Amino acid sequence: MTAELVRGQNHPLSEERLEVRISAGTPVVAALAAADENGRVSGADRVAHPGAPALPGLEVPRRAAAEHRLAVDLAALPETVHRVDVLLALPAGPGGPARFGAVAAPFVAVAGPSGAALADYTITGLDAESAVIALELYRRQDAWKVRAVGQGYAGGLAELLTDQGLPEAHRLARTVEEAVAQGPARSVPAPPPPPADPDRPPRPTATAPQSATRTTAPTGSPTAPPDRPAPAATPPEAGPSVTPPSDTPLGSVPAQPSPPHDSQGAGVPAHPAPAPRPPHQDGAAPQPSHPAHGTPQTPVPGGSPGPGPDIAEAARPAATASAAPGGPIDYQHPRRRTTAPPAPPQAAPPAEPGRPARPVAGDATGWTMDERLYNQVWGMFEDLARTVAAYRSAVDFADSRREKELDEALSDPRSRIGGQGDAARETARARHTELVDRAREALDRDLAQLTAESEVVEPALPPAYAGWDNPVWQGYRAPMEIPMAARLGDLHLSEAPDLRIPMLIRLPLERGLWIDGGGSGGFDGTSADGTDPRRLAMETAVSLAARLLAVYPAGEFGVHVIDPAGSAARALAPLVDTGVLAGAPASGAAGVADVLSRLTTRVDLVQMAVRGGASDALPPGYDTSEQLLIVNDFPHGFDDRAVTRLRYLADEGPSVGVHLMMVAAREDTAGYGPLLDPLWRSLLRLTPVPDDHLADPWVGHAWTYEPPRVPGGSQVLWQVLAEVAAARRALGR
Amino acid sequence: MTVNLTKGQAISLQKNDGGSLSAVRMGLGWQAAPRRGLFGSRTREIDLDASAVLFAGKEPVDVVFFRHLVSDDGSVRHTGDNLVGGVGQGGDDEAILVDLQRVPVHIDQIVFTVNSFTGQTFQEVQNAFCRLVDETNGQELARYTLAGGGDYTAQVMAKVHRAGTGWSMTALGAPANGRTFQDLMPAIWPHL
Repeated sequence: MTAELVRGQNHPLSEERLEVRISAGTPVVAALAAADENGRVSGADRVAHPGAPALPGLEVPRRAAAEHRLAVDLAALPETVHRVDVLLALPAGPGGPARFGAVAAPFVAVAGPSGAALADYTITGLDAESAVIALELYRRQDAWKVRAVGQGYAGGLAELLTDQGLPEAHRLARTVEEAVAQGPARSVPAPPPPPADPDRPPRPTATAPQSATRTTAPTGSPTAPPDRPAPAATPPEAGPSVTPPSDTPLGSVPAQPSPPHDSQGAGVPAHPAPAPRPPHQDGAAPQPSHPAHGTPQTPVPGGSPGPGPDIAEAARPAATASAAPGGPIDYQHPRRRTTAPPAPPQAAPPAEPGRPARPVAGDATGWTMDERLYNQVWGMFEDLARTVAAYRSAVDFADSRREKELDEALSDPRSRIGGQGDAARETARARHTELVDRAREALDRDLAQLTAESEVVEPALPPAYAGWDNPVWQGYRAPMEIPMAARLGDLHLSEAPDLRIPMLIRLPLERGLWIDGGGSGGFDGTSADGTDPRRLAMETAVSLAARLLAVYPAGEFGVHVIDPAGSAARALAPLVDTGVLAGAPASGAAGVADVLSRLTTRVDLVQMAVRGGASDALPPGYDTSEQLLIVNDFPHGFDDRAVTRLRYLADEGPSVGVHLMMVAAREDTAGYGPLLDPLWRSLLRLTPVPDDHLADPWVGHAWTYEPPRVPGGSQVLWQVLAEVAAARRALGR
Repeated sequence: MTVNLTKGQAISLQKNDGGSLSAVRMGLGWQAAPRRGLFGSRTREIDLDASAVLFAGKEPVDVVFFRHLVSDDGSVRHTGDNLVGGVGQGGDDEAILVDLQRVPVHIDQIVFTVNSFTGQTFQEVQNAFCRLVDETNGQELARYTLAGGGDYTAQVMAKVHRAGTGWSMTALGAPANGRTFQDLMPAIWPHL
């Protein structure tokens, strides 16, 4: 079980032989400094560094590298050692980055002899620092603990070591530099064998192949917040007494109050209940996300994981922040949702001046990777909308200005003499071209940026957000949790037909869907390749229904089908043959009436229970999962009573989890006159062929919607549905 | 770091590190000046309105004010009308957000104006200021205080205009009279 530490947080160490893994985006120097009980590093012989790589109990590599494995044997340390600091520094010299702010956030993990990581920490928020105390391992009442420190020093290793109380800090820093400079030229050693914890790539990167993490068993289990020991284990008075006393430069700190923890910690109750996470969040992008583990972490016994004494301990690094502009420590636990979500970890190096930043998947705010990607996709959607709006507005202006100038040139009597008129017209046209060109340039720049972002975001998307052609579906397993949203198709604008924005709709659905199989949607009866639009519409409906089935946890989404004339049997085959439907497609007037009356009763019952505030009054074992009713060939097989029931479902269903998916052509219901217009309006209209009928909420462009397409010849739909069926059987439903 | 602008002073909106600003907020804050009344000091409600006029060349192409809160291209947004001004000090009572990177290329100047919709002159307003904030980090870039409440009901505060590849801001501080931005157009022309 890996505890994911935040700055200032600590975690008990159950092992004595430890391996500290470091991965940074650039070669770094790693060192270990052993401090005595006063928190002071007494001499250069207490620092294991590339020039002196082995000390009793401590071992570090001899050169700078992007990946490091340091060995610490706590049992072999001298009795006088009370704290071991893990130090990172950027090697001096030309060529390399001079500040941690310019490289990817370093990642450190502490692992036991089995290779399983006990705790890890991503050092975010560094800026001008060139040396950083990443972690400290410290003795607390004969037990060792690890704490995430992340204290950076702009003055480099020398300043860091000075702060540790080392008398010959500058000389030692020079020794380290020389040792690194003399080290083998090769800066990155051969990669070590893969860690035993395959859930967790040692260093998550934006382009990490997803398959590596997806092959693991998707036993998405509740990831509890990292253990905090019960207060009994660390009595409150132990906190300040072990932190370094006041004879060190750091020392005056314990006397100071630690205001942040007062305001955020003590009064706040225990963490929110650990929520199960879907397995697709593992390491798909540069985010210190929790991998899903096989065994759920047991909550802290006693139910009082309050951040009492341990948070108090964290005061020391906070107050030493004067050494560098590191900013205050964030005591907030990442999953305690009392404030706005945290900014995404700095995973990409900041852009060089004048050039756009390299895009990174998950580069948006959010509590989970899911949410970050969702926000990022919506951010791209908005960016594209606004960029194109700016372009269109500039072009409109250029057009109208040209017209005006041409009119003036024409109406000016002088222009009839000589070539003045022609010259004026020429000028007007040139001005028009110049402005349009500039607008196009700005648009192209933004489009290039968005395209680059799309290229990294698309492969990182979890199944619910990914297209059917995304390899993530090949390794699909039924999720444990309802995702934030599902992708219902792609959106694009005519200015950038190749830049597809995933159309993500929040789950649970708030309104029903209408797959328009009629000719009212900008195409006439048959599509380009002659396929029947009604069949196309039904295939789209099946693809959407399959997606909804797949992204809900097993058994939490039921699909009913009304196919009165049985005309959609072929399109429905994937749903029928894999046995994921709640029942065989209902046919004939009797079947229609039966399905509708069952669902109507259900809506009524659940609604009554919800309104009465008595959801426990439902019959025992009542299945409260969401339901989707696919209606094909409407209004075939519907009598007036059935139509009334359908409208009732459309109106009342969404609030209690019963949704409609109408596969219909509006002209078929012409006989009803305007009576059904409210029904159509209440549904989200989607088309089986690309059609521009959706508007964005910012500037109101008409976006072209394209339904999700299963790649030709691909069996992904069948595979996924078979997996859904298997997961359901495993659940006994 | 805040620059306290004086009338006519221009500052460049380049960031210190060379990057250009992506989004700025023009904030306007004010308080009604207390007047002596029958029951001690009391204040009258004063409604100041912030507006932004977008110019292409010297031609106004769009305006963002309390009846048109978002420019047609979406790059300039008004956060909403405040009818009474600040009860406390310091905060922005009305704000206009400008997404500089999204401003269409033909817009080369954005002029910010303040006018007293209720018709009081600035003599009755105190602690009025207009400031430009880097929206990405909340840092105040420039502040311009509507000093010396004069006998006029509007002011052309500042303009943000293209300069080279980036933008700069010039404090204008030209007094004028009028209840809405339309009345101010004659006062704006000389500053374009």
